[in-house]
Amino acid sequence: MIDPAPPAPAKSSMPTPRPSLPQTRNAEAASGSPRVASAAGHTVSLRGLDAFYSDHHVVRGVTLDFVANEVTAIIGPSGCGKTTMVRCINRMHEEVPGARAEGEVQLDELDIYGADVDVVAVRRAIGMVFQKPNPFPTMSISGNVAAGLRLSGTRGIDLEQRVEQALRAAGLWDEVSDRLDEPGAGLSGGQQQRLCIARTIAVEPEVILMDEPCSALDPIATLRIEELIDELKRRYTIVIVTHNMQQAARVADSTAFMLNGELIEHAPTQKIFTTPSDPRTEQYVTGKFG
Amino acid sequence: MTSLSPISNRRRRTNRLAKALLAGGTALALVPLAAIVYYLVSKGVGALSLHFFTSDPSGRFFGDAGGVRSAILGTIEIVGLATAIAVPFGIGVALYLVEYGKQRRFANAVRYFIDVMTGVPSIVFGLFIYIVLILTGEFGGFAGWKGSAALALLMMPIVTRSAEVVLNLVPAGLREAALALGAPRWRVIARIVLPTALPGLVTGSLLAIARGAGETTPLLFTATIVKATTFDLSSQMNSLPAQIFDDVRKAQNKLVDRAWGAALTLVVMILLLTLLARMISRRSRLA
Repeated sequence: MIDPAPPAPAKSSMPTPRPSLPQTRNAEAASGSPRVASAAGHTVSLRGLDAFYSDHHVVRGVTLDFVANEVTAIIGPSGCGKTTMVRCINRMHEEVPGARAEGEVQLDELDIYGADVDVVAVRRAIGMVFQKPNPFPTMSISGNVAAGLRLSGTRGIDLEQRVEQALRAAGLWDEVSDRLDEPGAGLSGGQQQRLCIARTIAVEPEVILMDEPCSALDPIATLRIEELIDELKRRYTIVIVTHNMQQAARVADSTAFMLNGELIEHAPTQKIFTTPSDPRTEQYVTGKFG
Repeated sequence: MTSLSPISNRRRRTNRLAKALLAGGTALALVPLAAIVYYLVSKGVGALSLHFFTSDPSGRFFGDAGGVRSAILGTIEIVGLATAIAVPFGIGVALYLVEYGKQRRFANAVRYFIDVMTGVPSIVFGLFIYIVLILTGEFGGFAGWKGSAALALLMMPIVTRSAEVVLNLVPAGLREAALALGAPRWRVIARIVLPTALPGLVTGSLLAIARGAGETTPLLFTATIVKATTFDLSSQMNSLPAQIFDDVRKAQNKLVDRAWGAALTLVVMILLLTLLARMISRRSRLA
């Protein structure tokens, strides 16, 4: 199912032919039609990224390209820095007291750690789905989906239409369309997580980060999310952290293996799981440790 | 078959003894509470009448002594203004501590002083306002708003303390989710943190109000004790605790009875407020 894998993107070759567009985000967001956006994916590149919690060096010099409109999975044992690395991409890492990051994270050509970059704009462009479903308990289902737009003070858009769009894209519309005003916290775990995905795509980001989005879900809910990820990659660049190697194999176009804060290997998923070039990767994917 | 031994008689006895001790201690602690409620109701209920609630103290030695209307309204006015000052400031300080200050040195210093302020005797707040706002003569003499100021000082640390606890209970995941959606921090606070914490904030504030409404000493030096009803916070103002304090010292039974009635009224007012707080916090609990 993941045949059209690109040539190994870990090297400096830039596989996607993307125009060096600066920030056309607003024009795109205003048009509001989801189908057209498929060609205009966005790349994220890490350049020598280091991340710290106080003196604790958790991510060590990671250089990695996330190809537009592809799913990149990050695997590795607990505590290897996967989550921290992903949180550096939308600058959520710095929310933790004492945490800091060094190096570059580029969204297309823009260094999001640049001096004149607004954190809020970065997070609007790079959405995030968390490990545990966390709908806002004070809000209804539709309120949750619209929350991102309301919270960012966006005006002049048809909220109702956007809510429906996002819920459809998250595959939740048919299940909740008759009870949009009920509290979001009343849904099942899997539905809550899809609600959180709907909430994330309602603000029309360019990249979606998923931090173990299925680890709190049962296999059937997991399957639904995985199908959804496959749908979403047509419009978004997706980075997914996962503990579940089968999941990486199922959803990801390419997979990156991390160990002790370092990027060991990044290659097309099939290669990582069949003929990895690093012995440590092989040991991990064959279950020798981790 | 199994090696599980039966419960020994000694352990059964110890268990019974420990349970009995706990039950006895609880009963003992309830005695003063029950006694207070009993005396309050039995002595106070006789004083209550429509006249009691609708007339001011007359001050006449003979004949009708009047009711406590001015005291009830005065308490509502003074405590109302104190609440309007203490609750926004108190919650504001708590928001600073939880959302911005965190473990910074300044925030910890503020926390320490808030703790100290919670322990300051109420008479100190009364004296402070008396010295600063009344003895200096800059702001006129005794006035209702000065009583409110004293009560606000007393209530603010209570509000802050309880609000800090409640705000810390708001799951960090909610803040993160909102921030990750591209929300500025102030919007995260206004739209996510405060609504989620609202029931707890209301409960904490109402507890502070109940505490403030029962205070006598800060009012004696500031709003004093008068007879007439007034809606002017810049004039001297009566209040229930002050009225009780005044009546109970008098050598007339009808005035002492009025004090019991006023005490019962005050307790019932605070009880209603607490019930209201319970209802609000039950209706929408933190998920």
